[in-house]
Amino acid sequence: MTGLRYVYAVCRPFSTPLQAQLTGVAGDPPRALTHRGLVAVVSHVPERDFAEEALRAHLEDLDWLTATARAHQGVIDALTTVTTPLPLRLGTVFLDDSGVRSMMEAREEDFHRTLDRLEGRVEWGVKVYAESGPQESARPAEKPASGRDYLRQRRMQTRSHEEMWQKAEAFSTRLHERLSAFAEDSRLHPPQNPALSKASGRNVLNAAYLVPRTHSEEFVEMVDRTKDEAPGLRVELTGPWAAYSFAGEDT
Amino acid sequence: MTVVERREVALVDLLDRLLAGGVVITGDITLRIADVDLVRIDLNALISSVNAQVPSPFEELL
Repeated sequence: MTGLRYVYAVCRPFSTPLQAQLTGVAGDPPRALTHRGLVAVVSHVPERDFAEEALRAHLEDLDWLTATARAHQGVIDALTTVTTPLPLRLGTVFLDDSGVRSMMEAREEDFHRTLDRLEGRVEWGVKVYAESGPQESARPAEKPASGRDYLRQRRMQTRSHEEMWQKAEAFSTRLHERLSAFAEDSRLHPPQNPALSKASGRNVLNAAYLVPRTHSEEFVEMVDRTKDEAPGLRVELTGPWAAYSFAGEDT
Repeated sequence: MTVVERREVALVDLLDRLLAGGVVITGDITLRIADVDLVRIDLNALISSVNAQVPSPFEELL
């Protein structure tokens, strides 16, 4: 297959070969393209799906996006077992190998600097959710006897929501401060939309932390210890990830 | 509070990273797909293709 070149990541040369059965986006096994002391991990992708317009249209298609994102992640995951990859944004496509090489030359210094910064580090995701249902559903709603009763009930309900929000925010702020102090770097992602995440409760914190691999166990324990700190809140930990959220130059 | 450690990677967590993270390459040598446009993909547009009806937990306040 000829076609375009899809680049997953840039990394330092590694000696362990990637798993033979690894397939990338569009089913083509990724291969290493070495150039001036750096390696780009590349797949061939068909022009009909990955040229600019086609790709833009595909990105609006959740099934296509899901399959592509998982394939991209699969390659990055495989790379993290043999090296510290610098992941590129989803859908980074070049016309041919020489385009990839030109890019590597143009960004050579950036890549080396960022790879140094990320070497041996992983990313952990921490999310806080405010659970909504239980407190209300546990107390069966009294049938309001009058309009005034109804308004009073509504006011109390609103107030308890507000209190829960304040509590969730205060907790998230404290947790983020604590974890940021331990981590080398941190990023705040926008809270996730429950319709897409299908998670229960409302997402109040969605953060990423850059942590040396060797300190990961300690970091996970820190998150784990928050267990008993606040009823009605839920903390979710994801990772370890390749340092996607810390690959940018603005750090 | 409960701390949940997920085994399977959730799509939203992946998209947070793949669409907003990673190195962005711009310039004439790329097909310019990795440009800022990608960040602006409206996830609400995608949600319309998710057929599950997930009610907002706070809708009784609206």
